[in-house]
Amino acid sequence: MKDIKIEVNDLSLYYGEKKALKDISMIIPSNKVTALIGPSGCGKSTFLRCINRMNDLIPNVTITGQMLVEGVDIYDKNVDVVNIRKKIGMVFQKSNPFPKSIYENVAYGPRINGIKDKKQLDEIVETSLRQAAIWDELKDRLDDSAMGLSGGQQQRLCIGRTLAVSPDIILMDEPASALDPISTSKIEELIHELKEQYTIIIVTHNMQQAARTSDYTAFFYLGELIEMDKTKSIFTKPSKKQTEDYITGRFG
Amino acid sequence: MKTKETEGQFFSSKKGDKDIKGKFIIGITQLAVILIFAILFIILGIIIYQGREKFSWEFISTFPTDGMTKGGILPAIIGTFILVIVMSIAAVPFGAITAIYLTEYAKENSKFAAAVRFSIRTLAVVPSIIFGLFGLGFFIQFVGAGADKVFNAGELHWGQPNILWASLTMSLLTLPVIIVSVEEALKTIPRELREASLALGATKWQTIKKVVLPGSISGIMTGTILAVSRGAGEVAPILFTGAAYYLATLPGSLSDQFMNLGYHIYIMSTQSSDVEKTMPIQFATTLVLLILTLSLNLVAVIIRSRIRRKAN
Repeated sequence: MKDIKIEVNDLSLYYGEKKALKDISMIIPSNKVTALIGPSGCGKSTFLRCINRMNDLIPNVTITGQMLVEGVDIYDKNVDVVNIRKKIGMVFQKSNPFPKSIYENVAYGPRINGIKDKKQLDEIVETSLRQAAIWDELKDRLDDSAMGLSGGQQQRLCIGRTLAVSPDIILMDEPASALDPISTSKIEELIHELKEQYTIIIVTHNMQQAARTSDYTAFFYLGELIEMDKTKSIFTKPSKKQTEDYITGRFG
Repeated sequence: MKTKETEGQFFSSKKGDKDIKGKFIIGITQLAVILIFAILFIILGIIIYQGREKFSWEFISTFPTDGMTKGGILPAIIGTFILVIVMSIAAVPFGAITAIYLTEYAKENSKFAAAVRFSIRTLAVVPSIIFGLFGLGFFIQFVGAGADKVFNAGELHWGQPNILWASLTMSLLTLPVIIVSVEEALKTIPRELREASLALGATKWQTIKKVVLPGSISGIMTGTILAVSRGAGEVAPILFTGAAYYLATLPGSLSDQFMNLGYHIYIMSTQSSDVEKTMPIQFATTLVLLILTLSLNLVAVIIRSRIRRKAN
């Protein structure tokens, strides 16, 4: 791995007394897709939410260790969480468009960043939706409510909305788990195109998806990072027994 | 082992018992429902029947005349409107801000928030006459008289009952209604939407302003309407703080007294100089007040059901 985007050192997370993430250390490379896999409750989503400090919202969570994004510890006192989240976008498991128009959904982030110029906003909306491969479907109905879109369209709109803030890193929390196979393959294609420009970290419980979309795979089990390697290696010759058991379907 | 036959007998004998019990319980519940409807219809029926005679456009658009034994109730209607408007201006922002604090900012185990919630619940069950006495003691005798001492060299101006003090007293009474409605509305905004906004780099306040509040605007409206309808019907809080027996002119400023529908009914039924003549007025006034509060509640119910549908 030549370009390190994120370096995690001994990161632990506690819900109250309970240790949910145990001394995670890993390196996430730039402009690659890293998949986080593991059985439900293994901490992969919790870990993902550590990367943009989404766990700040949950009461009684304590985090120890380091999360270095481009060398900066995002849990440092001097770091502004709002800036972190602008740089690190997130796509959620359940598509969550705002009950506003398609246009306003995408323009939401830029507007928050103080962009008021209509022309500039138009441009951002178009570029973002093109990047999310949904421009052609939506360009004639930008003023329609986003709630009227299909699940797959909503999810791609949410990806477009995330891109509109021009993040470096995109976190995806099981982005296709609620979608039909066609929508899923569209999202996977999209992930493939986006990794040129973005570092993508995707949580998935679908191992074929991890194998198809990712360059690196990290296997989590009971709050621990069991192993992380090139996706090919993980799926062909995992070094740990638990990983092998999981990917061959012996548990999970 | 039971044979099939005895099993069958066992069930059939029990079934008879259950049938009687079931029918009895169904009967009781039906009776209760019918009773409630009957009471409602009797009340409405009497009021409509007795009030219909006097109820007319003229009645709601003219002043009372002849020692309030004739004429209309225009000043009482306008007084009621002014009361609820000033009350809403005071109570809605205050209540909404409190609700935003409680749902958005207060930590789950915050002792302060628990104390605030306890106070709101307590406030909601305080008898309305207590609010009236509080208004008299606090707003009129303390704030108003104090202001007169400082600004008017002791000359009586604010230290007496008026629209402002009555409205503020009423706003205290309706505050819990508003807070609870707004809180409920804020809670219907799903966590996913807040997270979507925060994940795009919005601050908490931006999220509240641009996602949470627009999504709960109808809830805030419901709360306001319910508060207004409660405020329009209450008499006790304004008894000592601003309601007038009779005024020949409409109030011109916040420091004037006002007439009020609920208070007018009270006056008509207890202080009448000629019961024969005022009885129809009393019923027609009641009818007006009832139409006013029922229609407000109806609007609130409609908006609320829309919110519920949206939340699902």
